[in-house]
Amino acid sequence: MNPPTHSNQPDKGFFSQLANSKSADEFVKGLWRDNPVFVQVLGMCPTLAVSNSATNAVSMGLATTFVLTMSNVLISMLRNFIPKQVRIASYVLIIATFVTITDYMIQAISIDIHKSLGAFIALIVVNCVILGRAEAFASKNTVGFSFLDGLGMGLGFTFGLFCIGTVREILGNGTFFAMQVMPESFEKWVIMVLPPGGFFTLALWLLIFKGYKLKKAAHE
Amino acid sequence: MPKLTLNISTSPHVVKGLSTDTIMKHVVLALMPAAAFGVYVFGTGALLVMLTSTVFAVATEHLLNRWIRKNTTVNDYSAAITGLLLGMCLPPAFPLWMTAIGSAISIALGKFIFGGLGCNVFNPALVGRAFLQAAFPGAITTWTDPFKADRFFNVPSSVFAWPFMSPVVDGVSGATPLSAFKFDHVNSQSYDLVMGFCGGSAGETSAVFLLLGGIYLAWRKMLNWRIPVSVLLTVLVFSGTMHFLDATRYPSPVFMVFAGGLMLGAIFMATDMVASPVTSTGVWVYGAIIGILVVLIRLWGGLPEGVMYAILLTNAISPHIDNLIRPRVYGTLKKAKAS
Repeated sequence: MNPPTHSNQPDKGFFSQLANSKSADEFVKGLWRDNPVFVQVLGMCPTLAVSNSATNAVSMGLATTFVLTMSNVLISMLRNFIPKQVRIASYVLIIATFVTITDYMIQAISIDIHKSLGAFIALIVVNCVILGRAEAFASKNTVGFSFLDGLGMGLGFTFGLFCIGTVREILGNGTFFAMQVMPESFEKWVIMVLPPGGFFTLALWLLIFKGYKLKKAAHE
Repeated sequence: MPKLTLNISTSPHVVKGLSTDTIMKHVVLALMPAAAFGVYVFGTGALLVMLTSTVFAVATEHLLNRWIRKNTTVNDYSAAITGLLLGMCLPPAFPLWMTAIGSAISIALGKFIFGGLGCNVFNPALVGRAFLQAAFPGAITTWTDPFKADRFFNVPSSVFAWPFMSPVVDGVSGATPLSAFKFDHVNSQSYDLVMGFCGGSAGETSAVFLLLGGIYLAWRKMLNWRIPVSVLLTVLVFSGTMHFLDATRYPSPVFMVFAGGLMLGAIFMATDMVASPVTSTGVWVYGAIIGILVVLIRLWGGLPEGVMYAILLTNAISPHIDNLIRPRVYGTLKKAKAS
């Protein structure tokens, strides 16, 4: 019989050990525990409007992640210089700068994505996830933590949009990232790419996540 | 020794044996003639659509109740009515898999998610139909002609489309009197409309049998007669006025009342006990709003038929109607003086 390689203490695993350190926790919380879409239910305007395909959802999510991370870093750097009275205006100015950069970047990368996202790129400025993190986190924490928080929240937002966008694109168009995944004669559920489909899919995911959380809470 | 319990409840203490399931059974009974006539006119396809929608509605209700570990509520027949009503307002050659999805949506999103029977904001059957209309606009506007010679033995192939696959429409698809009028300006014979010898949804065509069922329910006091009367009167007066002003552009009020799903909607769907107002005055207003919306959508809207959206919209505002028209509490003055 081989001697046990592990100690008899309960194995916590790499990720949960990592999660115990504060920096990792700031990153992980946005992905799951405080997910902006499914837990905080913030930023519903882009969530419902541009999640009609997986491509749109992921590009919107990544654009938001970039703006969120960069603005978190800059706001955190300037947190001791910005007067309390004009902080919101300053945050919006900083966020708008990065949104403009993102806007031109997307135009340079793919004009098609830019067209399909439309006005919602410019509307990242008033995304409440970004303003919320600036006010609630970046203005009170160090640059490093703010960076991790922005990245985690942004990727969590991307994950949420991806979940919704996948369902809507597969059912509404029979495709996944513009690749045909359903048979040719698949009957498209037109409602899924229309605005009501966004509400239905979001509600369904919220139901699943909430149910999972309640079940977990009941076990503990 | 059994535990003694003292039930403390408000009046009424003496109850007549008129429970939910008794009423619901009679509603099913009242729907039967119109449904049977639909099968007679459109054949086996209509029968299959109505059966599928009923079976799946009941099954969804049962499974959802099992899922949340509650006693099943299929025995109150309300799910069966929802399913049957949905089947009756679908085209007779509607694919069965779409029918099944519509039934599941009706029960799950129209009723269960709000808390079951008695808590639904909208008429569940119409929620399902609205979903199907938005999801599959092509299939739900494909009509079959009435009185096909082989209708009892030859089921349209679209009915048996593979799940999630597009139905193949065989032959020429017919038109409903409403779409014929809207898009081609063809008026139907009033006699055909009243009797139901025309195209349309599986169980909505026969005005006579629907009226019979409605009168039976009203006579048994299981249906608020004010709602259908109010809806039909409003449609009659409003469209009559329009017809009087410009007879070439607007159809006759008789056509408006008897064509399409107005009879089915006014008698069996608008009268949903949960989604309609509770006061008598409120009910008159409720019916009038439905009637006005039906005429507005039919005459000036993009769709040929507007009963579904009219009822759903008015369902949404029915609590507000109740709030605005609040009866005076017995024993109080008309205007309470500010103390």
